[in-house]
Amino acid sequence: MAFFLAQFLTGLANAAALFLVASGLSLIFGVTRIVNFAHGSFYMLGAFIGIYLMEILPGHVGFWAAILLTGVAVGLIGAITEIIVLRPIYKAPELFQLVATFGVILVIQDLALMIWGAEDKLGPRAPGLRGVWRIFGEPVPKYDIVLIAITPFILFALWYLITKTRLGVLVRAATQDREMVGALGVNQAWLFTGVFALGSALAGLGGALQLPKGGADLLMDFNIIGEVFVVVVIGGMGSLPGAFIAAVIISVLNVFGVTYLPQSTLVLMYVVMAVVLIVRPYGILGREEVAGEHGQVGAPEQPIRPYGRTGILAVTLFIAVLALVPLFAEQFVMTLIVDMIVFALFAASLHFILGSGGLVSFGHAAFFGGGAYAAALLVFHTGTPMELAFLFAPLAAGMLALAIGWFCIRLTGVYFAMLTLAFSQLVWSLAFQWRGVTRGDDGLVGIWPSDWLNAPAPFYYFTLILGVGGIVFLRHVIHSPFGYALRAGRDSPRQAEAMGIDVKRVQYAAFVLAGVMAGLAGGIFVFSKGSVFPTVLEIAESFDALIVVFLGGVKTLAGGVVGAGFMTGVEDWLVRLEYWRLLLGLVIIAVVILMPEGIVGTLRTLWRRMRNDDEEVVK
Amino acid sequence: MLSVEGIHSYYGKAHILSDLSFEVRRGEVVALLGRNGAGKSTTMKSVMQLVRPRKGAVTFQGRDMVGEPAFRVAKCGIGYVPEDRRIFTDLTVLENLEVGRQPARKDAPHWTTEQLFEIFPNLSERRANRGKHMSGGEQQMLTIARTLMGNPALLLLDEPSEGIAPVIVEQMAATILRLKAEGLTVMISEQNLHFARAVADRAIIIEGGEKKFDGSFAELEAHPEIRDAYLSV
Repeated sequence: MAFFLAQFLTGLANAAALFLVASGLSLIFGVTRIVNFAHGSFYMLGAFIGIYLMEILPGHVGFWAAILLTGVAVGLIGAITEIIVLRPIYKAPELFQLVATFGVILVIQDLALMIWGAEDKLGPRAPGLRGVWRIFGEPVPKYDIVLIAITPFILFALWYLITKTRLGVLVRAATQDREMVGALGVNQAWLFTGVFALGSALAGLGGALQLPKGGADLLMDFNIIGEVFVVVVIGGMGSLPGAFIAAVIISVLNVFGVTYLPQSTLVLMYVVMAVVLIVRPYGILGREEVAGEHGQVGAPEQPIRPYGRTGILAVTLFIAVLALVPLFAEQFVMTLIVDMIVFALFAASLHFILGSGGLVSFGHAAFFGGGAYAAALLVFHTGTPMELAFLFAPLAAGMLALAIGWFCIRLTGVYFAMLTLAFSQLVWSLAFQWRGVTRGDDGLVGIWPSDWLNAPAPFYYFTLILGVGGIVFLRHVIHSPFGYALRAGRDSPRQAEAMGIDVKRVQYAAFVLAGVMAGLAGGIFVFSKGSVFPTVLEIAESFDALIVVFLGGVKTLAGGVVGAGFMTGVEDWLVRLEYWRLLLGLVIIAVVILMPEGIVGTLRTLWRRMRNDDEEVVK
Repeated sequence: MLSVEGIHSYYGKAHILSDLSFEVRRGEVVALLGRNGAGKSTTMKSVMQLVRPRKGAVTFQGRDMVGEPAFRVAKCGIGYVPEDRRIFTDLTVLENLEVGRQPARKDAPHWTTEQLFEIFPNLSERRANRGKHMSGGEQQMLTIARTLMGNPALLLLDEPSEGIAPVIVEQMAATILRLKAEGLTVMISEQNLHFARAVADRAIIIEGGEKKFDGSFAELEAHPEIRDAYLSV
């Protein structure tokens, strides 16, 4: 019993930092509608800056002053980031900004590496709070008790700020209708910057506050971001008490999980999140998201046109050139192109549900990796011939999409995104922790194609036919009546329903189709590499696909494919350099700021302008 | 006080306002009349810079507003009450008023919450209620009160009589006359000619985004063909 209590107290203490970081993210999302992937990076900065300040500020006062100063410093960094990176792109399509925040992650990672080096740093102990107190005979670190004691004050301070001050009133008003707040004389730009700075400061505080229990390392950003998203979603977007409750649940669960179910620690919180979202789709204390209530005025949607004769000719020529590559190119060129095609098909399948269906999935890697693993497991365990195992990849991914989609499709917007993320993490942790079947992070190796394909040129053609075929097929679907129904459901679900379209069912079907296509890409992938590792199921893999789709241009058809080509090319060229993350991050941020419609979208707009196609519709 | 000269406004590619010019003088109440879709709301939004005119000038107290962000237009002394009300439904009445609060201005009447509660007694009873629990008429009162908290010199009221009960419409007319008496300049957009005539000194009629009439109500009476052509009475 006493041990139980001690465990519980550790969980509560861990909740303090988690709650701080999560409330910051929630605040930023509520007002700016930005899903800030870089929030974990601010947490990491808080840890490194905290250590630095604690070293130069001695004693009791120094320790706590260092924590507060860290908050201020990270808040300032957040403000600068917002002004430089996000301010120019608020008018871009919704969720586009998350690509920019992804660029920020990369930049901060390399900057942290440059400044603090690659070694993990141990956090300093809090002066005067080094030992333990015995509670019913069980040792509980003093610092834990202090954290538990101050968390309610933090919650109260934030609650007071949000409910009782003018700033809080403005923040809540802007969460609902920012344009109207502007029309009433409030400078939204500075309100946004202020909120972003405050949210970042909270992340920094969280990073500094956890130092005596942990430390600082370069993986902190990604490690916390998943947890923070889970907390915010379970608690309900924008709800502070919700974030607090969820932070406690997750932290306590983690502590007990480590003790009793060490094999399932990774998956536990995602299971909780999935259960909560299935029972309460908007989180414990969240409220329903109503589309369009935020006064966000986007440019009117451009209808997607099928390619004209020039377009088809250009694409045909391009494919013909690709078909001729093996005649003159070296092997590494073919390998690079195979990678590009695989990634392009994967991205195209995400682009299909995202662009035409309006469903932003944060967990699309589940189907890519799921397909890859399905084929690999068959080959590895049963020695199934490649031809059969390969067919199993899209099939299994489709089944997986059928199962995951059944839970996710009922949600919309960010909640849909988060539930897909939860399920993909489930799949990932299965692959990672079910060592008996998947061999964990040792991966499955020796998954080679049959002899007739086991050479660069034949496999190249195999990839070209299936990859291009898959992409062309998806395009056909978009221009079919099914595609019209899907787009109708995206643009106006109610109107579509009133016209007799079963929107959810159409979206479900599209989700499954996208899963099948991602699985196909996964199948090609595994036989091109001869192996598969859990990394193909990671969040980063899903995010890569998202970034590529947004970079290419959501509102265009070729966006996913062009984005994938661009990214594979740029990455191939950049990773040879030492600080390639920094450069890639800067490239991403630059593209986002300079081309807010994505690469294809911006080129299209330029093309139209050049041809003076911008004929005015006179009323 | 406000002078709009030859503005052209668009929604995407749709040309909504075309070469629209008019003036609003200090202390008067002007009614902008026209049918649904005539461009009344777009005119209001173009003054407020919520829709940016591509051509033309909007000058308020000698300052060109075109291209300024909406918050600066508000700070210059133009208060805007949108037709769809857009109150913050999760905020209480008092909090809604707080969002609108701006420092006092020399050239405009100054309002406190207590003064506004005196003008809108219904709001006073509901000051701690959330916006979403209020009737349409009460919400309309709240948006006006909220905008007045910014102490505007010119008030833009977009279709204040739309969708509220007849009794409240009368109350609304009395309120507008009261605001005028306090020294406020008001521009209302209306489809309801009777309401407009009851509160306004002058009528501007637009149709298809172009101005068709600008003059007193007496002149308008004298030309019933204008009324029949551009207003649905």
